[in-house]
This record gives sequence, C-alpha cells and structure tokens, in this order.
Amino acid sequence: MIFSIAWKNVWRNKLRSSIVIASIIIGLLGGILYLAFAKGMVQQQVSSAIHSEISNIQIHHPQFLINDEIQYIVTNPDDKVNAIRKIEGVAEATSRITSAAMASSAITGTGIFIKGINVEEEKQITNIHTLLIDGTYFDTKLRNPAIIGEKLAKKLNVKVRSKIVVTIQSASGDISYSAFRVAGIFKTSNSNFDLMNVFVKKQDLAYIIGIEDTQATEVAVLLNHNNLTTAASEKIATLFSEEISKEILVVRTWEDISPVLKMMNEMTIQYSMIFVIIILVALSFGIINTMLMAIMERVREIGMLMAIGMNKIQVFFMIMLETIFLSITGGVLGLALSWALVTILGISGIDLSAIAEGLNSMGYSSFVYPELDFVYYALIGSLVIVTAIFASIMPARKALRFNPAEAVRHDA
Amino acid sequence: MSIISTVKLNKIYAEDTFPVHATNDISVNFEQGEFSAIVGPSGCGKTTLLNLLGGLETPTSGEVIIDSKIITNLKSNELTDFRLRNIGFVFQAYNLIPVLTARENVEFIMHLQNYNKDERNARVEELLTAVGLKDKFNKRPGELSGGEQQRVAVARALASKPKFILADEPTANLDSKSTYALLDIMETLNEKENMTFIFSTHDSRVMERARRLVSLDDGKIVNDETK
Repeated sequence: MIFSIAWKNVWRNKLRSSIVIASIIIGLLGGILYLAFAKGMVQQQVSSAIHSEISNIQIHHPQFLINDEIQYIVTNPDDKVNAIRKIEGVAEATSRITSAAMASSAITGTGIFIKGINVEEEKQITNIHTLLIDGTYFDTKLRNPAIIGEKLAKKLNVKVRSKIVVTIQSASGDISYSAFRVAGIFKTSNSNFDLMNVFVKKQDLAYIIGIEDTQATEVAVLLNHNNLTTAASEKIATLFSEEISKEILVVRTWEDISPVLKMMNEMTIQYSMIFVIIILVALSFGIINTMLMAIMERVREIGMLMAIGMNKIQVFFMIMLETIFLSITGGVLGLALSWALVTILGISGIDLSAIAEGLNSMGYSSFVYPELDFVYYALIGSLVIVTAIFASIMPARKALRFNPAEAVRHDA
Repeated sequence: MSIISTVKLNKIYAEDTFPVHATNDISVNFEQGEFSAIVGPSGCGKTTLLNLLGGLETPTSGEVIIDSKIITNLKSNELTDFRLRNIGFVFQAYNLIPVLTARENVEFIMHLQNYNKDERNARVEELLTAVGLKDKFNKRPGELSGGEQQRVAVARALASKPKFILADEPTANLDSKSTYALLDIMETLNEKENMTFIFSTHDSRVMERARRLVSLDDGKIVNDETK
C-alpha cells in the first residue's frame, strides 16, 4: 500500500509534478541528443577513417612503420590475403604498396602518400570509388592513371586528365620520377586525407619503384563489423605467429594505427556522459526542492502516520518511492522521446554544411547522423534512478525529524 | 486493574531557558471501558498529558504504564510499534490521507499490522458501517463533510484493534449535529465493545457525555470526578 500512496502522492499537485517531469524530460532530451550527436559524429569519423583510409586491420613489416623504405615488405602477401579471407568476419583483404613521395604539377609540389592498389579488390576495402567528384575510378585508357583528393587537386591546380609528376625512392635507393594522369578526384570527410593521398595501380607503382607487383608493403583487412576487430586481429596474429615472433610482421588494429581516433572516440563519449551527469545533478536539485515543498505541505499528515505507528523506515521508504516515481515518470518519458528524436535524426541526419570546411579539416563529416546504443539508454535510465534516490535523501531525512506530537497539530 | 497509569508524570518544555511545567507530578489511572475526558482551560496541559499517555512525547520524569508495561523506557522504534498495536488516535483536524478513499484510510493501518486481505476487508466494512458510512466507502476525504471525515478517523483508530483510543479535541471543528452524531457512535462503541475512550477537550458537549472528568490547571489535576 505504501507503493500506492507514494504513486498517488506524486499526482497530488499535478501542476508541480508536471513541471518537474517536464524539466526531467527536457534535461534528458538535451543530454541524450548531445550524446547521440557526439557519438554519431565520432562514429562517422571512425567509420569514414576505416572505410576510406585505414581499414580495420593492417599488416606491415615492423621496420616499415619506423622507416617506410620499400625493402621492408610483407612476405607472400597474396598467400596472406587468401588466408585472412577465410577468417570469420572478414569482409575483404587486399595487399598494397605504399610509400611517401612528392607530387608536382606545373604550379607547385607537395609531399604525399602514394598507394599502389589492386583496383578491384580495393573497391571492397575502401570507398574511394564512391567518393569521386570528378573523373572515373581507373576506368580510363590513360597511362599511369591516378586518383587524387580534391584538396590536393586544388593545391596542385590540376583537374582530370592533368599530369602530375611523382618523385619516389626506388628499391635500389635511387630517386625515380614518373608522370601520372589524374583519372579521378575524390572527396572524403577528411580534407587532410584528401590533401595527402594518391591512389595508383599497384603494377604501375611497382614498376617505378622497381619491385614485383606481387610484393607489398601493407595488407589491409576490412571486417563485416567494427566490433569484430579485436577477435579478428587475434586470429590473424595467431595465423602468422611465427613471423610475428621473428619480428618481421606486425598486426595492428585501427586503434593502434590511429590512437588519436581511438582517444577522440572514447573522450567524446566520456565528455558527453559527464555533460549528462551534470544535467542530472542539476535536475536533482529541482527534485529535492519539489520534494521538500511536498513534505512541508504534509507535515500534519506525516505526523499522523508516525503517530499511528508508521515507523521511520516506512516513512523514509514512502518518500523515497515518491521521489523515484516522480523521477522515473520523467525519466521514462524523457528516454522515450529522446529515443524517438535520435531515431528520426539518425535517419534524416543533421546538415552542418554551413561549417563543413572546419569540420572536414578535423576529419568530421558535415552531415551528422546521431546514434546511441541501447546500453546508453539503460545507463542513463539507471542514473535517473540513482539521482532520484540521491534526491530523496534530504526530504526523507527532513520528514524523519518531525516530532509526531507537534506535527499532528501543525498548521497546514 | 488500570489499563493506563501514570506515576508522578512531569513534562517540562524549554528546561534550559524558560522552563514551562506542562504537566506537574500527575498520577492518574484509567480503567478498561472508561469514557473519560481530560478538561481544562487552554494551556493547562491537556494535550501534553494525552501525548504522554499515547507515547508521542517523552516525559521529563515519571512513568506511563500501559497494560503493565512501562512505555517511558521504550526506544523510539519500540514505541512506534507499541502505538501501532495498542493505541488508537483521533485528532482534531481528522488527519486523513487525502489521496486515499475512506476504505483505504481505514485499511492502511491494518496494512502496517500485516493483516491479510480478507481480514482487512471484513474489518473495514464492519467499522465503516458502525460509524454510519456504509455508502461512502470509496469517497475521498475531500468528498466528505467534516463530521464524516472524523467518523472515518474513528474507524481508522479502531481498525488496529487498540486497547484504548485517545482523542485530542475530536469535535473542535464540528458543528453540533456532527458532534452529537460522532459522540453517539463513540458511546455505542464504548458500551458495546467496552472500548476505552480518553478525550482531551474543552467542548461542553463532550464533557456532558463523558462519565469521568479529569480537570487540569497549570499542569496539575485539580479535580477528578466520576459521574
């Protein structure tokens, strides 16, 4: 019956309770929307980085990571690619030749990373072919075709069919030059990536460097889901444990490759959760104030309950339940509305193209799709209950201090 | 044998600053089945004595003995449980729970005593019928008149099957008709069920009906008259 009384007491002053519930709803809506927005933004950044730049897992010679010279190759890359493809959760794997180089046009030159790729395999790994804003994805009869980023094209002042000269260190240690024709121009959500990366056919790059096109400096692996990264990387490491123990191979996940991305991902969630907690703490003061008002309006009634035999634990429990019911009502409505809004915005997206340049320079997309896993709703729901319990302590303690003899004669 | 006894009961408020002797060496006994009133002018200590008898206040010195048990030695939680199982209270301002119906208000105290549902239903029906509210079981206090609310409060006081009922100015907010109706009900319960009623009052209508008047002045018993 204490549950029944507590629930009915919540609705004793409908206006006051509704205001508190509305404030909880608005607070949760703001906090969750911010969290979902931040998570969506970071997840898109991670997804974009995985699908455009670094894949889920990469394999290299460990020395290549220190000094990216062409002598530090991955041995038998095609065999490795075939073995990796058999691992559960692997969507595709491919080998690449990568190197630092200099790209020059008639106007200027700049440092780049050049990637010699297996054109068809790469389509299954990176989404560069879907991000072309001009030209084609190697669908050309041009000799030495290259796909370059929009920002690099602007810097070099080149367009499709323009010539760029790539200067690179060959396998023998000499400097090689070769002319490439711009076949396509891509634009990702990371303008720095667009400035720094050039994709060419693997055999063309192998020829310039002076190695076989069956050789590679990098094997990239894309998984069906990012959650599989750790498990898949452990299986790959097991598969090539002998080479790893000889220190001629290293397996790295996207988190190892881009620790900044990992840190950004984690920090954004942490900061957003702190923001949500600050909102809940602020709300708790509103709840405390409301409950104190409710208690002070019922001094005589609480005194009567204590007089007729309701013990302190029962009084405390009743007031705590009232606070929890009030908070949970707001919490459930707030979570439901937040979920609905996040779902709608997750489909329609939020257009931030007005500040696209700034966002792209930091690797963020200008069109954000908020998203939030169920676990966060459960976590925030739990925090609402904890907040309610915390908020109920002061009003309940206040009620316990009433002297029943005085309270029953208190002026209402 | 007395159901309630007090021995040299003293209650001093503001002992350290401006001491006020609300009760002064009061020794009094009440027998089972009494229909008594503690009377006297405002500030004479009626309510304080009633609160001391009900264990709502702790005396500065002296003892309250209920059914051979010295309640002044009980700890706070023991006293709460003792009140729940032994004493019925009727207050001047009814003090019903406004969000509950008449039935639920009476039933509530039996919940605290862990009666089962069948026992609760039977007792609630019996009591609300006895106080003349058979057709108002599901009315909330706001939908009842003052007299009806006080009758619900009497039913509530009886619901826990107490040894006696303490009623603090129960008719102070009632008109004559309601007062007499309430007193009729209480008298009937007293006569039929031998329920002990002790009133604190300065209402002449209650004093007329009471069979014993314990008069207080300045915290002392100045007269104890049985009619």
